[in-house]
Amino acid sequence: MKQQQYKTIEQQITPATPYVLNAFKAFVVGGLICVIGQAIAFFYMIFFDFTEKTVGNPTVATMIFISMILTGFGLYRKLGQFAGAGSAVPVTGFGNAVISAAIEHKTEGLVLGVGSNMFKLAGSVIVFGTVSAFFVALIKTLLVMMGVLQW
Amino acid sequence: MVILFQTKPSLLAGAAIVGPLESRSVFRSYFDVVAEDELFQEKTNERGQSRLITDTCQLVMDKAQIKNLDVDYFLSGDLVNQMTPTNFAARELAVSFIGLFSACATSVSSVIIASLLTELGASQLAIAGSSSHHNATERQFRYPVDYGAQKPATAQWTVTAAGYTLVGKYNPEFPYVVAATVGKVVDFNDTDPFHMGGAMAPAAYETITTHLKQRKQKIYDYDMIMTGDLGNIGLKLVKAMLAQDGISNDELKLIRDAGAEYYGEDKSFLAGASGAGCSASVFFSYVLSQFKTGRYKRVLLVATGALLSPLSFQQGESIPCTAHAIEIAMN
Repeated sequence: MKQQQYKTIEQQITPATPYVLNAFKAFVVGGLICVIGQAIAFFYMIFFDFTEKTVGNPTVATMIFISMILTGFGLYRKLGQFAGAGSAVPVTGFGNAVISAAIEHKTEGLVLGVGSNMFKLAGSVIVFGTVSAFFVALIKTLLVMMGVLQW
Repeated sequence: MVILFQTKPSLLAGAAIVGPLESRSVFRSYFDVVAEDELFQEKTNERGQSRLITDTCQLVMDKAQIKNLDVDYFLSGDLVNQMTPTNFAARELAVSFIGLFSACATSVSSVIIASLLTELGASQLAIAGSSSHHNATERQFRYPVDYGAQKPATAQWTVTAAGYTLVGKYNPEFPYVVAATVGKVVDFNDTDPFHMGGAMAPAAYETITTHLKQRKQKIYDYDMIMTGDLGNIGLKLVKAMLAQDGISNDELKLIRDAGAEYYGEDKSFLAGASGAGCSASVFFSYVLSQFKTGRYKRVLLVATGALLSPLSFQQGESIPCTAHAIEIAMN
């Protein structure tokens, strides 16, 4: 059997990825996570002394805390299998990436295990998040200097 | 390359121990022990796997009513880096040991080496087999176990299981190894580590057709041909390749796959089971028991292995695969 011939058979038999269904599930679950986040933000604004500008930090911290609990009980990976990007893209996905790596490497000790492996998956989010934030800020600064935009 | 064994090395005993999740397997009643603790009362996954190996080997020896010092060779492997679970288990067994790595095909490559040593007269009794531990394997090859990544329908589930068999001199009461085919490494340039069935199918096809051709046999000469861990999709691919060679549907029905059947129809395991313990736990429990009941007289066991590492995949290499086969018969 030639490689080319095999590739044809393989394409016919391998089930196609259901992109539309996956996108729909991601939209619903991702949306729900954001709704919960918004509810928590309102909670902090109503019952505590937070404004719309300052409520971001405690909300994110709470969301990550919830995602860590779910990860610890092995529930977030089940959600992830169903929702795909829907549970990976929100900040809860970031929390899941951090805590799952931390749990995994617990057996190698606190420093060499948890400490050095915790950001194994989430590290790239931090690197590219920082880099892209820098460039976005740079572009905006230039646009403000040229008088196109205002701060 | 087909090896014909003149002295008919026999498989004198077999045992399989599996993890808690494997209680959902259709082969459950053939497994000797279904553990309740996925760590096997140890502190880490890797030590748990070591315990799984020693316990299974102990069970094999108990069944044959021998002790570890009666065993001449221990031939085994697993999927963890440097095969430490197997190496540490060998430390406890304290018999001559060679670690073997053919990925998930180690279940059969170990039996081939054990049969050769027996044929040579160098070994009276040898334990051969392999194991895998889901958590220990996943963390190494893919993501942390609790990471919520979505796996495609082609992905397979690494089993927590060990299967070992005792290879000794010919005994008419037990099934024996007639012939073996040591597979080549086949690479059809598949690169998706979540579609191992697709990568391994050509290797299984190559080994099956080589064995049948050199032995001048047809599929009908067997009661069953069972591949190791191709999964649902990989099994379909092998059948499709054989169908192109003009093999009839009735004949293709004799080809089964341990990984595809392992968890039954449970869709949460996606394309089925995989891992070095998958083929080993089915071959050395279910298949051997079917010889005892007389259901099978001759089977071909084809263990399949994907020879990748996380490093090779990240560096953009394709997935080379292999398949080793043993022809087992009983009078």
